[in-house]
Amino acid sequence: MTKRDAILFAIVAAMIVATGFIQSWNTALTIINMGLISAIMALGVNMQWGYAGLFNVGIMGFVALGGLGVVVTSAPPVGEAWAAGGLRVILGLAIGVGVIFGAVRFWNRLPKGRVRNLSVLATLVVGFFVFRAVFDPAVQAIEAVNPASTGFLGGLGLPVLLSWPVGGLLAAGAAWLIGKTALGLRSDYLAIATLGIAEIVIAVLKNEDWLARGVKNVIGLPRPVPYEIDLQNSASFVERAAAFGADPMTASSIFVKLCYAVLFTIVLLCLIWLSEKALNSPWGRMMRAIRDNETAAEAMGKDVKARHLQIFILGSAVCGIAGAMMTTLDGQLTPGTYQPLRFTFLVWVMVIVGGSGNNWGAVLGGFVIWFFWVQVEPLGALLMQGLTFWMADGSALKAHLLDSVAHMRLLTMGIILLVVLRFSPRGLIPER
Amino acid sequence: MEFLNALVALSNFVLIPATAYGAQLALGALGVTLIYGILRFSNFAHGDTMAFGTMVTVLVTWAFQNAGISLGVLPTALLALPFGIAATALLVLGTDKLVYQFYRKQKAAPVILVIVSIGVMFIMNGLVRFIIGPDDQRFADGERFIITAREFKTMTGLSEGLALRTTQGITIVTAVVVVALLFWFLNHSRTGKSMRAFSDNEDLALLSGINPDRVVAITWIIVAALATIAGVLYGLDKSFKPFTYFQLLLPIFASAIVGGLGNPLGAIVGGFVIAFSEVTVTYAWKKVLTYLAPEGLEPNSLVQLLSTDYKFAVSFVILIIVLLFRPTGLFRGKSV
Repeated sequence: MTKRDAILFAIVAAMIVATGFIQSWNTALTIINMGLISAIMALGVNMQWGYAGLFNVGIMGFVALGGLGVVVTSAPPVGEAWAAGGLRVILGLAIGVGVIFGAVRFWNRLPKGRVRNLSVLATLVVGFFVFRAVFDPAVQAIEAVNPASTGFLGGLGLPVLLSWPVGGLLAAGAAWLIGKTALGLRSDYLAIATLGIAEIVIAVLKNEDWLARGVKNVIGLPRPVPYEIDLQNSASFVERAAAFGADPMTASSIFVKLCYAVLFTIVLLCLIWLSEKALNSPWGRMMRAIRDNETAAEAMGKDVKARHLQIFILGSAVCGIAGAMMTTLDGQLTPGTYQPLRFTFLVWVMVIVGGSGNNWGAVLGGFVIWFFWVQVEPLGALLMQGLTFWMADGSALKAHLLDSVAHMRLLTMGIILLVVLRFSPRGLIPER
Repeated sequence: MEFLNALVALSNFVLIPATAYGAQLALGALGVTLIYGILRFSNFAHGDTMAFGTMVTVLVTWAFQNAGISLGVLPTALLALPFGIAATALLVLGTDKLVYQFYRKQKAAPVILVIVSIGVMFIMNGLVRFIIGPDDQRFADGERFIITAREFKTMTGLSEGLALRTTQGITIVTAVVVVALLFWFLNHSRTGKSMRAFSDNEDLALLSGINPDRVVAITWIIVAALATIAGVLYGLDKSFKPFTYFQLLLPIFASAIVGGLGNPLGAIVGGFVIAFSEVTVTYAWKKVLTYLAPEGLEPNSLVQLLSTDYKFAVSFVILIIVLLFRPTGLFRGKSV
């Protein structure tokens, strides 16, 4: 980090502190927590784009898979649902995987020709109906178990912190699958493929109620930090809060957010230490060499395809971890709220604005863009009030303009992205 | 009789909706493919360009409706369409001047242009939501049906009804006219020929005196027209919601890639391939099969291969299959 980078970070810190003084410390801490998570997402994307030049626009899918990781690890198991159809669901999924493997095997083993095409097709078609025949009754049985409050298999009931690596693993698994099929393709085909995968992940989360309750949402996930209400009821905490001159309500909520911030900072520091080590190692130089000239790197004996797959999996796993952390922070998994503009393209803005190819740049971008994403709305509202003060109260145009302030965020993000790309294409903290 | 009923049910629920949807996708994919062929990048802002054009058309339609102007049985939106196209053309030409031109002069890598188009996408998306809001808007008026299910039943005496909505009819007719005009333009007019030359070999085209700025400007105008028409037809057929248009990006790109990026004929075929597979895979076949199956063998489940929410999965799977087995698409598109 140079002096200039440190100044940039100091400016962001000052903006957040100013938010604390002007708005409230609760708001400032909320920005910090989501900023930390955004920074981790940006780190993951930076690995793929900055180190290796892979254009992944399916970040939303990996983030959502991380969220699913939290549910399957830490939600309490629903014994009744497991009894109703747990094993059968697993059997069904195993059949599904087996069918696909079988088809791929036929394709690779049989000689080219009609026999191969027909046997692959027959495997897939017959396999699909067998899969549905085993799978569907099990799903119905599970979803019938107390649908208002459960209706899903539940998780393993393990500590929630464990779910962060699990989220990363889930995302890594998905990335392996996608990478195997799509990485050989040209950059814009990979973009469309990842965009599609992300939509499919969200569609699965929304529709497969047996897995994570679909749009009924899983709420009340366990937390790694104390609950506000417990703190307010604890005499010693109230006493200490009083010593600071704060009322127990605010103090407890700030304390909980601080706990999260500490946890997230630890994760971020570990990840940035690892990625800095990796980027400055022979491996990191190799990745950049591949990015800058694939043919030359291949001529030097580097396995470009394998390295691309590797970095794609690593970057997606980091996004998965960030997704798990976010779901933990929210305490709930709500598949309906995952939107590509917010979870894919906003992270891209962070990486580009921060500086692709530089880990500190990605972190800075995460904080800056998240800060603006949150603050554009109140600032925009002020601006609009200023612009419309001369209009008559109750005029339709005035009401419309004031109502539409919420959509100024997208506009602002687009302008920020375009301005940075035009005038400082290497970002705030460029690669060195 | 049973067979005829099955055929009618099939047309009513699969063939007609899929044809209309396929025509809308084909028009969208044509825009994507033209940009790819001439400007050489995948335009992620295309869905939002469609949304913008549709939004202007919706606003003008409302103004006409308030002024009491209408087209009788046809939707007023058709009258407002030229205004939508003009506004969209101005918008994309402005965007090109302000944004894309700089990178074109620099000969930036295609992927940089894709990222730039993501920025444009944000702005257009924000603009549309800012002006009309994120909610559903209905703007179809005029006669709702060409044939209603009941009329069809009394006419033919079949127990299955066949409904043909005006919007579906308009979609198909408009698509045919637009595509015919476009192909005539590309194949026979001087400008169209210069566009094709530019797309095939930029250096040779420049050498033979083709003005690149003119080719680019005309491409944008055509794309604006195609995007607006596709968007308005989709909006008339279903409804207008900015987010849905953004999501249309995936099937549109799938169509363009399946057909072969840069190949206009491929875009049309791709659109119908994607639309028909989406509809057939997510349709519950029970009704049709009940007519066809012998007595006592009628299916008792819905016979739906996938739930309708997985329609993205269908376009995606087809996309992957085509890319794995025929990487340049069915019609040999270009690969930059």
